[in-house]
Amino acid sequence: MSNIDKATVAKIARLSRIKIEEDKLEPLAGELNNILGWVEQLEEVNTDNIEPMASVVDAKLRWRTDDVNDGDKQESVLKNAPRAEFGFFAVPKVIE
Amino acid sequence: MTYIIQGAHDDFEVVIGLEIHAQVTSNAKLFSGAATEFGAEPNAQVSLVDAAMPGMLPTINEECIRQAVRSGIALGAQINKFSKFDRKNYFYADLPQGYQISQFSHPIVGEGVVTVDLEGGKTKEIGVERIHLEQDAGKSMHDQHPQFTYVDLNRSGVALMEIVSKPDMRSPEEAAAYVTKIRTILRYIGSCDGNMEQGSMRADVNVSVRKHGEPFGTRCELKNINSVRFVRQAIEVEARRQVDIIESGGVVDQETRLFDPNKGETRSMRSKEEAHDYRYFPCPDLLPVEFDDDFIEAARESLPELPDAKKNRFMEELGLNDYTAGVLVAEKESADFFEVLVDALAKKAGKDAGKVAVKASNWLTGDLFGALNKASKTITESPVSAAQGADLLALIEDGTISGRIAKDVFEVMFETGKDAEAIVEEKGLKQVSDTGEIEKIIDEVIAANPGQVEQYRGGKDKLIGFFVGQVMKATGGKANPGVVNKLLKPKLDG
Repeated sequence: MSNIDKATVAKIARLSRIKIEEDKLEPLAGELNNILGWVEQLEEVNTDNIEPMASVVDAKLRWRTDDVNDGDKQESVLKNAPRAEFGFFAVPKVIE
Repeated sequence: MTYIIQGAHDDFEVVIGLEIHAQVTSNAKLFSGAATEFGAEPNAQVSLVDAAMPGMLPTINEECIRQAVRSGIALGAQINKFSKFDRKNYFYADLPQGYQISQFSHPIVGEGVVTVDLEGGKTKEIGVERIHLEQDAGKSMHDQHPQFTYVDLNRSGVALMEIVSKPDMRSPEEAAAYVTKIRTILRYIGSCDGNMEQGSMRADVNVSVRKHGEPFGTRCELKNINSVRFVRQAIEVEARRQVDIIESGGVVDQETRLFDPNKGETRSMRSKEEAHDYRYFPCPDLLPVEFDDDFIEAARESLPELPDAKKNRFMEELGLNDYTAGVLVAEKESADFFEVLVDALAKKAGKDAGKVAVKASNWLTGDLFGALNKASKTITESPVSAAQGADLLALIEDGTISGRIAKDVFEVMFETGKDAEAIVEEKGLKQVSDTGEIEKIIDEVIAANPGQVEQYRGGKDKLIGFFVGQVMKATGGKANPGVVNKLLKPKLDG
């Protein structure tokens, strides 16, 4: 049985840069446990000797040829950026 | 030679493993049609896929698959006909997707082995654990603005091969030799340009220390080292740091560190620590990569002669020694230059390549490399082409000029780019082999130096060198030394 506690929720939120209020952590842990518990019902099925499946349809990965046919659209790329300067995205300083 | 770090109480050995990130040579990116070329305007080579705009889907570039397979074959590695992509999740400003598409559980290339060349003609086999394909991230610039970090996504999505070694290296020298060899092989086959200054190749170095016979110690990962020299220095510094910690009773923490070449130290990158929880999972946007034996065979057939094979051929067929052959094959451009030089010279001189190869290699590694070095030029920037070099050497072969004069001619060639024959003609440097003319000069020299002649005839044999010198001087160095020697002795002996 999966067991996601409050601390785990806080950690995942931090890694994903999602702000979650302290009082929401406990309820979220409950919801996530419910979801995982639901998925875990699949473990009742015996999957010994069955290859993992990558797709439900019989499709192969499509390969593209090595041609440059995209890019050169700086304006579109930066259009939704909260801040852009000299063609760069300008983001809050990342301190190393 | 064993590399030992001497502590206050014990001797330690260093254990090194490397992850080399090599940019795949391709026109377009791994999953988009944006260009990969270096040096463009910021964000000008970015598709909406690379910028991770909602709803954009990746489509794999076949050339990147082919290049990874070629690289794997060149490293003698197992090629996996089935591989797949996973998402490696971490948050950083230059990673717009919030994850890197990489290969975690099923890489495209499995285990292989590389023979590295060490000092004194020694070699060592270093294991390759795997090669996988992954996306590069964008580039952050932290020093352009007081409050902001500038992000350029031109590199975002460019294909990288991550080549992971086994922890088989035991000295900074071995690690440096390994990086050098991988770089040479990839440059030979053209799957990576190996340009470390432009970031096309960089290495993460895992370093740990242990007393002899003990299990592996705790390792630290030194990130993003961008030259062979720094690989060497970073290992030296880091191994010493770890030994000092252990000897003073401390414990080495497993962590990511940064090598600062200016200060000659490594320091912790604490900010990256929690990023290590990558939460890998299969990338739902991409089906597995699958190909057949024909695809592998076609990749194999497209490979040129590899450096080790070339070196053996230079030694066995052309009679070069181990050292010279090693120098010539280290850079593909040098090896190519040498082959054109030898072929042209053999043709011009009407001799077997094996008969002229050593002379050609001596001239190339001595005269030309020396001049290039002095002028800070690479072989591809050489003002003297291989064909021109062959012309010069052919003039020595057929006796038109002496080896001594050839050095002067070469200097003019290097400066002006002119052909050897034109310079010899212009400056009247043709070697004098006409016995009559040389005889006349010898007679004059003997007549002008009666004292030395007497001493010579009195038993001072060594004075013959003096007479040769005088004759050469009188002819401006143009007399054929062979002819001079032949004619001089009988005349002196009277």
